[in-house]
Amino acid sequence: MFGLVAEHQPLIHARGLVKRFGEFTAVDGIDLDVEPGEAFGFLGPNGAGKSSTMRMISCVSMPSAGELRILGMDPVREGPAIRARLGVCPQLDNLDPDLTVRENLTTYARYFGLSRAQARERAEEMLDFAQLRDKASSKVEPLSGGMKRRLTIARAMVNEPDLVLLDEPTTGLDPQARHLLWERLFRLKQRGVTLVLTTHYMDEAEQLCDRLVVMDGGRIVAEGSPRSLIESYASPEVVELRFGSEPLEGFVERLSGVGDRVDVLPDRILLYAKDGDDAVSEVHRRGLAPSSVLVRRASLEDVFLHLTGRTLVD
Amino acid sequence: MVTLMVARQVSVGRVGAVVGRNVGALRSGASYWLVLVSGFFEPLLYLLSIGVGVGALVGRIPLGDGRVVSYAVFVAPAMLAASAMNGALAETTFNFFFKMKYAKTFEAILATPVRPIEVALGELTWAMVRSSFYTAAFLLVMAVMGLAEPWWALAALPATMLVGVAFGAAGMAVSTFLRGWQDFDLMTAAQFSLFLFSGTFAPVGGYPPVLAAVVQVTPLYHAVELVRGLALGRVEWALAGHALYLVVLAGLGLWVASRRIQRVLCS
Ligand SMILES: Nc1ncnc2c1ncn2[C@@H]1O[C@H](COP(=O)(O)OP(=O)(O)OP(=O)(O)O)[C@@H](O)[C@H]1O
Ligand SMILES: [Mg+2]
Repeated sequence: MFGLVAEHQPLIHARGLVKRFGEFTAVDGIDLDVEPGEAFGFLGPNGAGKSSTMRMISCVSMPSAGELRILGMDPVREGPAIRARLGVCPQLDNLDPDLTVRENLTTYARYFGLSRAQARERAEEMLDFAQLRDKASSKVEPLSGGMKRRLTIARAMVNEPDLVLLDEPTTGLDPQARHLLWERLFRLKQRGVTLVLTTHYMDEAEQLCDRLVVMDGGRIVAEGSPRSLIESYASPEVVELRFGSEPLEGFVERLSGVGDRVDVLPDRILLYAKDGDDAVSEVHRRGLAPSSVLVRRASLEDVFLHLTGRTLVD
Repeated sequence: MVTLMVARQVSVGRVGAVVGRNVGALRSGASYWLVLVSGFFEPLLYLLSIGVGVGALVGRIPLGDGRVVSYAVFVAPAMLAASAMNGALAETTFNFFFKMKYAKTFEAILATPVRPIEVALGELTWAMVRSSFYTAAFLLVMAVMGLAEPWWALAALPATMLVGVAFGAAGMAVSTFLRGWQDFDLMTAAQFSLFLFSGTFAPVGGYPPVLAAVVQVTPLYHAVELVRGLALGRVEWALAGHALYLVVLAGLGLWVASRRIQRVLCS
């Protein structure tokens, strides 16, 4: 499946990759290497530059500076050859409103050079993949948001891509559809397909991704496996404290020294500690009376909030 | 040289896939048929009301080569050229603009191996097909009404296809610059002015000199002259000039359109 070149080179290779829109720099010099068979994720707040990066990787938008190679090829000169092996699910659905669900799939397959017969066959498989068989003859417009999303994802698979790029694939899906999609993506991965996705759901990132980067302001601020990110950016346990409607800043000083770190969020305070219960005892010993206390294991969400959160006190 | 460079990039299969998408859209859209049919009747109504109706008052028109023909015979080829223009423009303005700006159709296509130039070529091919349906039907009407010799009518068909391609390409290039639907009023006005003043209803020789000079640089004039020359069996060197004008317009329109698609959608 993979060409000779790809075996010695990462599927995605970027150095100092930059994307500018006029004066504005959306992606500010990032380095990436994604290996064949990997599931790679982008996390980051709104406007971090995830979609801009994804569009460069999918060879529709040209880098403003830096080096980029996809599948061992140059996106500027070999765009069509690269795109032939990609499956792209953009952040916003751009299904064809003039066509039916089935025609959306067959027509898309034809853009990849599949014969009519092949296109029909693939479309039928993808109808099952997206569980849209009973909507096959419907136009796209009356579909629910989640159904459209599933169709967009199925459409991205119609050419049996080696590299699948999914920009917020499960946004708008109900929990059942999300789990179903995770399962499908997991199976693709087992078949050796490389996955690159962006998401705002930490559980999704933890479930699906072997490796993640967190982006903020066009830069990569952290990189690693979900587990290693939690280990390096959060303590084993987290205590969530709420104080009703009182302003939280006032408590920061009185909490200093409890646990390893204190983060103030708009609605609660997070204490990072090796042992959560010890930290709670210490809070009470200092005479504080939070309205609610929750001790839990640290998650990727904590890493994310710590790395990109606005209020941050060490 | 440029043609060669373009030709090397273009895959017939991918252009065909873009055309195929439009065939699919036509099949599954009932309202589209309605638009299609109405586009044919407009020039036909002009032919009947002005060519035949007003023609009865106008009398006969000298062609300049010694022949004198009825007004309807003079007007019919112009209506034919106009119907080629309308057919192609309807496709590459309204439909093209919608697909580019609102439906994001091209954005989706450009994530596949299809290139901007192939999108433009596919859309243009489809515009030409649509315009050819109009002109073929119109030529049939002309032959039946005795407004053109059948063989010359057949000879005019490829000329109307060229007209469709030239206007389709020019319209597509303009569409890539439009900001919103309000700009279409301007475009419709321009299209109607061309329709009225391109030697369509009266020989350009009879226009005031300034107007005649302006008209002679606009595209429908060349389209009308080319189609009229062939439909009336008046083959002369000037026709090659008119054809060349249309070929250049087509090439230019295509080039601008594909550049703009790239710029706007691959930013
Ligand atoms: N075509 C464009 N023209 C101008 N600015 C753009 C364009 N596309 C993106 N930007 C800007 O670049 C920045 C990064 O946008 P991008 O869409 O990559 O963010 P993102 O990380 O995908 O955010 P989200 O989570 O909201 O999808 C934003 O500030 C955005 O306004
Ligand atoms: Mg985004």
